Amino acid sequence: MDATTAMYVAQGIHGLAYGMVLFLVASGLTLIFGMMGILNVAHTAFFMLSAYFCYQVVAWTGSFWLALLLAPIATAIVGILVERFLLRRIHAFGLLFELTLTIGVMFVIMEAVKVFWGTENLPLPVPSLLEGLVSIGGMDYPIYRLFIIGLSLVILGFLAFILYKTRMGMVVRAAVSDADMVNALGINVPRLFMFVFGVGTWLAGLAGVAIAPILTVFPGLADQMGMDAFIVVIVGGFGSLGGALMVAIISGLLSSYGVQFVSQLAPVLMFIFMAVVLAIKPTGFFGEREG
Amino acid sequence: MLLEVKDLNTYYGYSHVLQGMSLTVDHGECVALLGRNGMGKSTTLKSIMGLAKPRSGTVLYKGEDVAGYPPYKVVRAGIGYVPEERRIFATLSVLENLAMGMKGGKIDKGNPDAWTVERVFEHFPPLKERQGSKGALLSGGEQQMLAIGRSLMGNPELLLVDEPTEGLAPLLVSEVRDMLEDIKKTGVAILLVEHNLRVAMSLAQRLYIMKKAEVAFAGTVKELDARPDVREKYLEV
Ligand SMILES: Nc1ncnc2c1ncn2[C@@H]1O[C@H](COP(=O)(O)OP(=O)(O)OP(=O)(O)O)[C@@H](O)[C@H]1O
Ligand SMILES: [Mg+2]
Repeated sequence: MDATTAMYVAQGIHGLAYGMVLFLVASGLTLIFGMMGILNVAHTAFFMLSAYFCYQVVAWTGSFWLALLLAPIATAIVGILVERFLLRRIHAFGLLFELTLTIGVMFVIMEAVKVFWGTENLPLPVPSLLEGLVSIGGMDYPIYRLFIIGLSLVILGFLAFILYKTRMGMVVRAAVSDADMVNALGINVPRLFMFVFGVGTWLAGLAGVAIAPILTVFPGLADQMGMDAFIVVIVGGFGSLGGALMVAIISGLLSSYGVQFVSQLAPVLMFIFMAVVLAIKPTGFFGEREG
Repeated sequence: MLLEVKDLNTYYGYSHVLQGMSLTVDHGECVALLGRNGMGKSTTLKSIMGLAKPRSGTVLYKGEDVAGYPPYKVVRAGIGYVPEERRIFATLSVLENLAMGMKGGKIDKGNPDAWTVERVFEHFPPLKERQGSKGALLSGGEQQMLAIGRSLMGNPELLLVDEPTEGLAPLLVSEVRDMLEDIKKTGVAILLVEHNLRVAMSLAQRLYIMKKAEVAFAGTVKELDARPDVREKYLEV
């Protein structure tokens, strides 16, 4: 294979890996929005928090694998506490209160992180098992990026299984279209909300751990991911997992190939894409619900 | 009495939509709630269900005050709800919509009279043929049958039904009416909000007519029959 093709493939893998991380973040965001109608502004702050948790677990135990397991769970616990003791109490007051609250939660997490870990970039080594390149069919692939893609695919399969093959998933899908009606059929919707909020923050947490060895850990992680994740949810259609997956991958590829072909335009490519899609279909690709 | 609603006051923001609303439904009885658009019929059902929070008043169901309960607890106490607009889950199949109505996700094995999917299909044959279809693809009549069947899956002793014949073709109106009659015969009490006076009077033993936010007339079907003045004042356009 010639050098140009090799470069395209490598860019593609980079883009795909970023797209899949973006999907993990966006899937949690879109589930929470779809069901609870809450645009959880703090979502990417949870993503960043988990990267710090990961850094800390690695600092204590030296094990990335343990961090991959524990950091997202710890993040989900924080998310569940926020839902149970803050969001649930103001749910009755409506959207604006919920939005304001999540903005507040975002600031608290951002500042707390600086207090505990400072503002520097904290490097996190790629686990030794996933270091370096692997050669397949005469091409070199960065192992860690392949791992991220694989991990995300596993999570995607797991989510799809839960959503489409279990009763719990059916109830979640129903609640995405009409949570009040689900409540009026005897299902404890507040508890379901708490659970989904937990799963959503867990997904953000997983993405935070996955990205940490690539981007290092720093407070700005949330901003970096934030805009892209919101665009993915809007363009994919609020509440749609399939839409989030598709747009996340497109977005990842746009950003990596964009740098290569139209480097001056690269930063705004995603916005152009969003504007075009929304002009044609204001509810996003798979959106059924009005934002 | 199975249900005793006393002196309910419900607000939407500053508008006082129920002002001392009261009604009763006995075991196995069908009671109709009538009145012109915007009088507060749906809000009465929603206040019973906990979908609208009454600011004061009581909703005694089998002696337990369920006013202010979240909807899922009202349902678990034994009340089923068939909303205006049906609110079928569009992305779920007919079978899944029915499963959504099953409390705890299972058929109650200890209860020989428990509703099953097969029994719902016996009452609503058109649903059987469409069992794999997504809710969004059903006709208005099928959606109405599904909405009723879905709430029956929770084995309610009392069913709150909001305008089941709204927007249906005349043939379907009488079909849905007959289905409700059958369900009544199984012993389920029904509180029925209905614009079609003939349907209401043929199903119900007693009726309440609402004027703005409160009851204007309460009585049996016979009593209403004898009062064309009441019908003219509160029902006819
Ligand atoms: N969600 C809401 N927010 C504010 N006002 C509402 C809301 N729902 C209903 N209302 C108002 O409350 C009043 C009672 O409404 P309700 O839906 O109970 O009437 P209804 O008797 O069921 O009418 P219809 O026959 O048209 O269904 C109406 O004036 C209506 O405009
Ligand atoms: Mg109504």
